[in-house]
Parts: sequence; C-alpha cells; structure tokens
Amino acid sequence: MASIKDIQQDIIDEFDMFDEWMGKYEHIIDLGKSLPLIEEAHKTEDNLIKGCQSRVWLHANKQEDKVVYTADSDAIMTKGIIALLVRTFSGQKAQDIVEADTNFINQIGLKEQLSPTRANGLVSMVKQMKLYALAFQSQN
Amino acid sequence: MLNVSKIRQQFPILHQEVNGYPLVYLDNGATTHKPKVVIDAIQQYYEKQNSNIHRGVHYLSQLATDEYEASRETVRKHFNADHVHEIIFTKGNTEAINLVANGFRTLLTSTDEVLVSAIEHHSNIVPWQMACESSGASLKVIPMNDKGELDMKAYESLLSNNTKVVAVNHISNALGTINPVKEIIQLAHQVGAAVLVDGAQSGPHSHIDVKDLDADFYCISGHKIYGPTGIGALYGKEEWLNKLPPYQGGGEMIATVSFKETTYATLPHKFEAGTPNIAGGIALKTAIDWLNDIGLDNVIAYENELLEYATQELAKIEGMRFIGEASNKAAVISFLVGDIHPYDMGMILDKLGIAVRTGHHCAQPVMDEFCIPGTIRASFAVYNTKEEVDRLVEGVKKAQQMLS
Repeated sequence: MASIKDIQQDIIDEFDMFDEWMGKYEHIIDLGKSLPLIEEAHKTEDNLIKGCQSRVWLHANKQEDKVVYTADSDAIMTKGIIALLVRTFSGQKAQDIVEADTNFINQIGLKEQLSPTRANGLVSMVKQMKLYALAFQSQN
Repeated sequence: MLNVSKIRQQFPILHQEVNGYPLVYLDNGATTHKPKVVIDAIQQYYEKQNSNIHRGVHYLSQLATDEYEASRETVRKHFNADHVHEIIFTKGNTEAINLVANGFRTLLTSTDEVLVSAIEHHSNIVPWQMACESSGASLKVIPMNDKGELDMKAYESLLSNNTKVVAVNHISNALGTINPVKEIIQLAHQVGAAVLVDGAQSGPHSHIDVKDLDADFYCISGHKIYGPTGIGALYGKEEWLNKLPPYQGGGEMIATVSFKETTYATLPHKFEAGTPNIAGGIALKTAIDWLNDIGLDNVIAYENELLEYATQELAKIEGMRFIGEASNKAAVISFLVGDIHPYDMGMILDKLGIAVRTGHHCAQPVMDEFCIPGTIRASFAVYNTKEEVDRLVEGVKKAQQMLS
C-alpha cells in the first residue's frame, strides 16, 4: 500500500489538472457520488458528527495493525472531501495516521472546506479519525 | 420611487468582487451593510467626541452624552413609545431578550407558563427555556401550519390564566412570515400575560409602533437595520421595566452604593450597567435617520417588488420548493431545489460571488417541523436589485447542473 504522503501527492497531481474552481468542484462532486457508503448499521447516532451545515458519519475498525474507515455525509461536497480523507487514511497504520497532516487539502485549493468556520463537520471528522487511530495504537 | 443605484453608491462594501464576480449580497437577514454616513458617524465619534458618558462634567463627556441620549430619543420616536426612559440600549436583540427573560426568572412560579412560537430563532427560545428551568415554569409552543403561519386557533386554546409571557417574532428569520402580532398581543392581554415581540427581522422591513401594538416589550438589533454591530434597543412598558429586577450590576445602574446596601438607578439606567457601546449607540441614530429619510414605505414597497420578482423567477426552476409560503411575508425566501443539500448549493453560489445563508438559520425547531436539514435563504435589503435576483437564479441553475 502506498504511503499517506504518496497518496496525498497523487491527489495533488490529480487536482493540478484543473485550472479553475469549477473543474475542482465538479471533481469533488464526482468523488462524493462514488464514495462507498457506510454500512447502514454503522450510520448510528454514536458515529454522527454534527456540523452546523452538514452531517458526517464516521466508522473505524482495526484490521491487524491497520485502521479502516468508512464514512458518509448528507452533503455531496462534504462527502467528496471525505472520499479524499478516506482514500488517504484508510488502510494505513495507526501511528502513520496520528502523525500525518491534512495540508494536501490546502494545496488542492479547497482550504475553505477544512476551515472550522464552515461548520460542515469535516474538521471534527479529521480529529475523530486521528482519535480512533490513537486509540487503536494504544491497544497495541 | 427609490433611486436604488444612488442608494447602492452609499454602500462602499457592495462595490467589490468576490471570487472574480461582482458581489451579490443576499444575506441581509443575518446582517445588513452600512451606508457611508453610519461608517462616518463611528469614525467621527472616535475622532471628535470620544468620552465616557453620564459621568463627566467636561465638554467632551457632555457632548458624547448628548449624542448618545439623542439616539435614545430617535429610537423612541421610531418605536412610537411614550417615554424615552422606556428605551434600553443593549448589545443587540439577543441581549434584549435575555434581559427580559432573566428578569422573569424571579417573577415566574412553577404553575406559570411561557408561550413561544414554533417559528422562533434560538434567541427567542433558549432565554425562555432558561427562565423556565430556574423558575419551574413550563414552556409551551404555538404550532404553525405547513405554510409556516402560526396556528391562531391553537394559540387561543393554549392561552390561560397560567400564561404569564408570550414571546414571538414579528417576522420569522427562517421563513419570512409576518406574524399577526397585534392580535397575538390582544389575546395575551385578555389573560393578563405580557408579550415580548422580537423585532430582529422587522426592524428594517416594517413600521414599529409599540403603542398601536400595545406591546409590553419590543426589541431590535442595530446591525440588521443598517447600523453597527454590538448595539440594539429594547422597548419596555414603564410598569414592566419597573417590575423587572436589574439585569447586570455595575456602574451606571446604581443610585447609591455602600457595602451594606445598593440602590438602583431609575429607568433606563437601571438596565445599563457599565460603559455602553457609545459609538454604536450614536451611529444607530444615524442609521435610523438614514432609513427614515429614504422612507420605510418606499423600502417596504420596493422590497416586496423584489420578493415577488425573485419568487416568480425562482419558481421557474425545476424542483424548486419554497419553505414558508405565508400569505403575509417579508423580504425573505427560503428554498430547496430537488434533493440538493443546502450546503452544496451555498458553496457553489459562494464561488459565483453570491452570498446567501444556508443551514438551519439558528432555528432548528423550524427545520425539524419541515423535516429538512436546512434551507437556502435569500434575504433582501433596500440596496438589492432585480439584476442581482437574476444572478441568483442563474447561480442556482448552474449549481443544480453541477450537482445533479
């Protein structure tokens, strides 16, 4: 499996193809449409991250020394960003997730999506992803 | 007739590009922009008048005090209140409601009831929940119909001798419904209940006549009527303001202080502890004068025209669903398109330089009633134009195309 850094670089290259915001947004929307949905059983109140603008569900489980995430959102733009975060972090080692940053979102020109003021639930989601990784790491 | 392009020239902020497009600002329900005269009034205060009020014998203090008190008189006139001491300056509409609700904590008992409506924003729900929590009184909700209008029959049947307070907005921020506040007040008074009218949204869009309404309390925010943030006004009937205990303690609100006992100042100072937002208070007068110079009747007529045009044009979009279709509405359109999430729509409109509000508009119970996560809300001010409505319609179509 490629490292978090390599995947993030792939995503940056992928978004470099678009000069304008509209192309980027359309790509994010496509990603949002293609994200495999979280299993209905995992779409629980416990797994819900309430943003003021959109809602996010996040589920994590441990497979050997890797963390696997599934997630969903009711807003498609949010779901597109989730797809990128899941692609980056899911299947990685807990320690690598804890240490990783999410600067690639800024680099692809979608900084505003990860701004706390957007209140779309994504900032809390990243925090929650890391907390899961931290918890699984301490079980080792 | 309004000369809108002349009005627009008075708003420096409108003349800028956002994301490469000329700004279309349709989030006036959240806050309006400020005309140059208001911005100048703030600057002038700090450059030429700054001094603490009500406590200095020197020239500047007198000057600042006179200006600040002149603003109180302007608000009194604007509200058509009897006495200038019935006008309390607050930091905004929310603080005004908290001031009243907090006072009622000591007046309510466990058998008492407080009525709020189903179309309130959080500012006119939570302070009353807190008052009920500490006094043991119960909170009851006046329901609405599916057009977003209050169910007046249900309201009448909720009223009883136990009802002590009714708190309703004049215009709903989420739906634009204009509530029949005069009738609401009349009915409440028949059972001896006091009525607080939340005028956050009505301030810029309607005449306020507390005497005609016979309102016990009426409040507005300065920043929603072309004035600065951090200033608002509460009207309270003298007898009610005398009944309510002070809200905060400190300087300005006292008559005498000793470690044994403090006596409170008379109205309005009893409710105005500490140094207030002097610049804001003075500039609020400028904003109200500016609005009255244009003429509220002209403003209302023009905004209705915009509302009608926007409703008609948006209705042509496939999948358009208006949330809140009251027969009496003001300057607000809340809508959804197909199954597009409001957040997605808002993000794309923002990229097109169009500022709208998305989400639950701090009125979650309203959204719950309609079983929706939120809406897209376009809210108009006197400086908006039909061309801007066209930009909104085009933007919504573009977003729809991208998202479906």
